[in-house]
Amino acid sequence: MYQTTYHKAVDTADAAAKLGDEAKLLAGGMTLLPTMKQRLASPDMLVDLAGCGLTGIEDRGDAIRIGAMTRHVDVETSAVVQKAIPAVAAMAQGIGDRQVRNRGTIGGSIANNDPSACYPSAALALGATIHTNSRDISAEEFFVGLFETALEEDEIITAVSFPKPSAAAYAKFPNPASRYAMVGVFIAKTADGVRVAVTGAGEDGVFRHDGLEAALNDTFAADAVNDVAVDGDGMISDIHAAGDYRAHLVKEMTRRAVARC
Amino acid sequence: MVKICFKVNGASINADVPDNMLLVDFIREQMQLTGTHVGCDTSQCGACVIHLNGESVKSCTLLAAMVDGQEITTIEGIADGDKLHPMQDAFHQNHGLQCGFCTSGMVMSAIELVTNNPEANEQEIREGLEGNICRCTGYHNIVKSIQAAAQIMAGDRQG
Repeated sequence: MYQTTYHKAVDTADAAAKLGDEAKLLAGGMTLLPTMKQRLASPDMLVDLAGCGLTGIEDRGDAIRIGAMTRHVDVETSAVVQKAIPAVAAMAQGIGDRQVRNRGTIGGSIANNDPSACYPSAALALGATIHTNSRDISAEEFFVGLFETALEEDEIITAVSFPKPSAAAYAKFPNPASRYAMVGVFIAKTADGVRVAVTGAGEDGVFRHDGLEAALNDTFAADAVNDVAVDGDGMISDIHAAGDYRAHLVKEMTRRAVARC
Repeated sequence: MVKICFKVNGASINADVPDNMLLVDFIREQMQLTGTHVGCDTSQCGACVIHLNGESVKSCTLLAAMVDGQEITTIEGIADGDKLHPMQDAFHQNHGLQCGFCTSGMVMSAIELVTNNPEANEQEIREGLEGNICRCTGYHNIVKSIQAAAQIMAGDRQG
C-alpha cells in the first residue's frame, strides 16, 4: 500500500483545514484505496470523513436530501428513496457488488466523477443540487469533465438533493467484469420536461443528449427515439467497446429506461 | 502510527498500526488469523471478505485505522467452539469448494446474504455472490451449499 498518513477528521472544518495539494478526502475508499495501490493517486495524507456525521436520508417534500457519506446500501434499502424516487434506489442497488455497496458512498462517487459511474447520471437527469461546506452547486455546473468537478481544493460535499420527478428510470449495460456502466442512461420526467443523462459513454464524462430529450418530449415512448442520431465519435472507445457500439447502447438503454418509467 | 481499539471475533484489541496498513494485513500478519485470504488485492475477488459490524466488506480495501471503535468478525470467529457455523457445515456437506482459496470469503458473504434474505432463490444467490470469484467449482455447489444453509439457519431461528 502507498505510503501515506491517516487523519480522522472530527468535522468538515477540520477536514477542510487539512486539504491542500497533497491531501485527499477518504469516504468509503472503494475507488481511492485501489487507485493508491496502483500508484495512480499518491496523497501524502488521507482525511477520513467517517467521523463528520454526513450520513442520512431526509424527505424534504419536493426533494430528497442524501448525506454525502451515506452508503450505496443505505440508499438502496431506504424506504424514503424507494417511495420518492425508486429509480435512484434501483440504481444504487446495481453499483459494484454487495461488499462495495456496504462501504461506497454517494459523495465519494460524485466527487470522483468517474466517466462510468452511475450516480452522476442520476444527479444530472434529476437536476440535483450538490451541497458543499461553502455553497450549493447545480449538477449542470458540477460535472466538468473526465474525473473533474467544480469542487475547489478545500471544498467538501456534504449532501446531495434530488428533486422528485413525476417518473424516472435507469437502465445500465454493465461491464461484466467491473460492473461499471459500459453505458447507463437515466431518464427523468421533470417540471422542465424529459431529461436524459448518459454515463459510461462520453469522453468528458456524463452528459445530456438533446436529440433524445427532444424526441421524448415530443412522444414519451421507447420507439420515439428510433430515428434519433446518436454519434459515436465523441464516445469512449476502449477494449470493452468501440464508440459506435456505445452509441448503439445509448439508444438501447434509453428505450429500456423509457419502458420502465 | 495510529492507535486503534476494536473488537476482533469478540476480543478487544488495542494496537498501534502504520497509517497505511490494510485491514487484511493486520488480520493476517498481526493477528495471525490467516483464514482471510488475499486473492486479487483490487477488491474484485472477495477472498478477503470479513464482517464489519455484521456486514460483509472487502478487508483488502480498508485501512486498519478506519475500523477504530468498530467490530469485525473473520472466518475464525463464526463457529461455536467445535461446532461449525451452519454455512460452513453446508459447504462441507455439499462439496461447495475445490481448492478452498475463495471459501472463507464465500462463507462470509453468504452469511450476510442469507441473513438479509432468508428465502433467497437461486437467481438471488447467484447475483448476491457478484463480489466473490471462484475459479474451480463453477459456483454450482456453492449455490447448493447456500440454499441448504439457508434452510438450516431458518430452522435455527424458529427453534
